[in-house]
Amino acid sequence: MSPSQKKWDVSKIQEWPPEKHEAGAVIPEAGNAVNYQTGGWRGERPVRDADKCTQCLFCYFYCPDTSVIVEDKKVVGFDLEHCKGCGICAAECPADAIVMCTETDFEQNGGNE
Amino acid sequence: MATRLAPKELVTRGDRLSGGHRLCAGCGASIVVRNVLKGAKDHPLVVGCATGCLEVSTTIYPYTAWKDAYIHTAFENAAATISGAEAAFQSLKKQGKVSKDCKFVAFGGDGGTYDIGIQSLSGALERGHDFVYVCYDNGAYMNTGFQRSGATPLGAWTTTTPNGKVDLGKRQNRKNLTAICAAHNIPYVAQASVHNFRDLIAKAETAFETEGPAVLVVLSPCPRGWRSDPSQSVEMARQMVQSCYWPLYEIIDGRYVINYDPKAKKIPVLDWMKAQGRFGHLFKAGGEDILQRLQENVDREWQRLQALAQLGAVETPAGA
Ligand code: SF4
Ligand code: SF4
Repeated sequence: MSPSQKKWDVSKIQEWPPEKHEAGAVIPEAGNAVNYQTGGWRGERPVRDADKCTQCLFCYFYCPDTSVIVEDKKVVGFDLEHCKGCGICAAECPADAIVMCTETDFEQNGGNE
Repeated sequence: MATRLAPKELVTRGDRLSGGHRLCAGCGASIVVRNVLKGAKDHPLVVGCATGCLEVSTTIYPYTAWKDAYIHTAFENAAATISGAEAAFQSLKKQGKVSKDCKFVAFGGDGGTYDIGIQSLSGALERGHDFVYVCYDNGAYMNTGFQRSGATPLGAWTTTTPNGKVDLGKRQNRKNLTAICAAHNIPYVAQASVHNFRDLIAKAETAFETEGPAVLVVLSPCPRGWRSDPSQSVEMARQMVQSCYWPLYEIIDGRYVINYDPKAKKIPVLDWMKAQGRFGHLFKAGGEDILQRLQENVDREWQRLQALAQLGAVETPAGA
């Protein structure tokens, strides 16, 4: 894989004159959508019980938003900046290790799962 | 033929589609893309994408979720664009200007594939370009607010096949894209589904390894257009496969191989249709006929497929 490593600062793009944009509306930084947060779409967040989890990795393969974080072939958490709270991971987990918890309940519990 | 590997082995292949795209919660299209791209292993890729949900949601300027070289195309020419890129690459290679290897893949929805892009796809398949075409099939033009396509099932509600006094959803049957692609006598065509990601990744791997054109037609649930629960997207696909509405099979050099036969576990189409609001009107009085026709169509097609699989190696017509 050889994605473009170039960093492209778009923080002031609203103020750019036309000539500052790349010709053909090229986006020179591959995969820069990671800088755009979709976590705010979420009404419910996935909460995983690490004791129940068997590390089958199904949640990782099924997540439409690349939001199940895997390190060393193990699920370690969720990328809540991007997770949209669809609930697929919870529905598909064969060990019932994931529950969906409303953001309001989560906040009222002081951020404890 | 690629083997179906364990999740632990596949997980190391990394992600080539980032988060931060703006497909709806629970969309099947990005599940298709994430897993298909794992089939490319570590080959560099050039990706083309027809207009559609996937294209508009993954490349909202100034952002792109794609980590590979990516070309946006119109609705009708994803296959033409990717075959042009492939031909240019072959020429540069011949001239000694590039030495690296590279794979080419185009994605299109059912609107961009069954309907608007079918001429360019047919041409690219017939010319024999070395590329992979992936249709993520959610059964309507979802991006513009659910209009019927050639892939929309009989009886389904869309905004252009409404249900009311005269009509009960779509009047016509869907066409069979997998069969249309197979009729081009290309080396590899396969049907897959998001619920079986190991099968999907293995098929993608086979497609990328195939010399010449390869096509994957993948069932891609759309909770908005199907009027289904987003958390049930993968389960919907699983049931649709289990009912034989969407059989998992491959056509390798003309030989049909069925990858999953539910046998006694085959379920009626009603089971999953009930969970999809787009069919809700069929469960009221008057819908029985269409429900029966749908079930008969599925059973007939499944029998036909089994017969084709039994033929084993089908002789390839001369000149193919
Ligand atoms: S809730 Fe949906 S988006 Fe969030 S991690 Fe689970 S599968 Fe991914
Ligand atoms: S699907 Fe469930 S058991 Fe499997 S890795 Fe994810 S949380 Fe763990």
